Amino acid sequence: MGSTRLYTKGRILGHKRGKRNTRPNTSLIQVEGVTSKEDTKFYLGKRVAYVYRAKTEVRGSHVRVIWGRITKTHGNSGVVKSKFKHNLPPHTFGASVRVMLYPSSI
Amino acid sequence: MVRTTIKPHQTRRGFRATGSSPIAVDVSPKEVKVGGEKNGGTQNHPRSTLRPSITPGTILILLAGRFRGKRVVFLKQLESGLLLITGPYKVNGVPLRRVNQAYVIATSTKIEVDTQIAEKFTDAYFAKEAASVKQSAEAEFFEEGKPKVKAAFPESKAADQKQVDKAVLEVVKAKENLAKYLKASWGLSKGQFPHQIVF
Repeated sequence: MGSTRLYTKGRILGHKRGKRNTRPNTSLIQVEGVTSKEDTKFYLGKRVAYVYRAKTEVRGSHVRVIWGRITKTHGNSGVVKSKFKHNLPPHTFGASVRVMLYPSSI
Repeated sequence: MVRTTIKPHQTRRGFRATGSSPIAVDVSPKEVKVGGEKNGGTQNHPRSTLRPSITPGTILILLAGRFRGKRVVFLKQLESGLLLITGPYKVNGVPLRRVNQAYVIATSTKIEVDTQIAEKFTDAYFAKEAASVKQSAEAEFFEEGKPKVKAAFPESKAADQKQVDKAVLEVVKAKENLAKYLKASWGLSKGQFPHQIVF
């Protein structure tokens, strides 16, 4: 059976921050395979999902999602800023995130 | 002002031709009834645009929903802006369906499709059936847990599906491997990055 993945993988790098102050409403995401500012143009506006499991079942599932969107580029090397419905908690730093291919513009 | 042809794009450095010839597109705003006392009854809403990469007969990849990953044939854009697509049903199980442009990738694969076959389909065709007689709260409570009685799929809709697919399948079968292509699902694999893929 071929691949059924309809999202690009990404990593949560941390919150938007200066050296000593963090702005937790925006998270930085490293999208796999994206290494320059020009490459990130494709991903701007795309929806992002942080998927995780929990012990208690909610609405018939142990799987939970925090949805967000990629909002802007960050720096020159392909990192990207994103805002989520609820701020990502710090224990997610280093965790994987799914960058969906919608809303699509191609 | 209502623009009906595409003009060269004016930049600071002078005119830059957009490359495409004028296409007759109806871009006059559509009248929509609005509720509320102070809203003047009707409003002018702009028409939905269609990405230039999506033309009748284009093979699209669905990105979300029940049929995510499926490759389907685009028939036409409906009044509401949604796209009318079909599998065809026999090939990949996708029926005549509406889908939003934003949840679709247009591939460069195109087939010849006669737009006449999709002429009769409108948004009203896909409207949900109005709920029949409302049950009392008690009756509903007792019904819970029992398998719901589903209305059988209307014969007319099945016939419509067959009629549209007949025309589309002719073209699909004619092209080598196209039926297999439409049957297969699409997905990303290791080392594939969408910003580098030419669809």
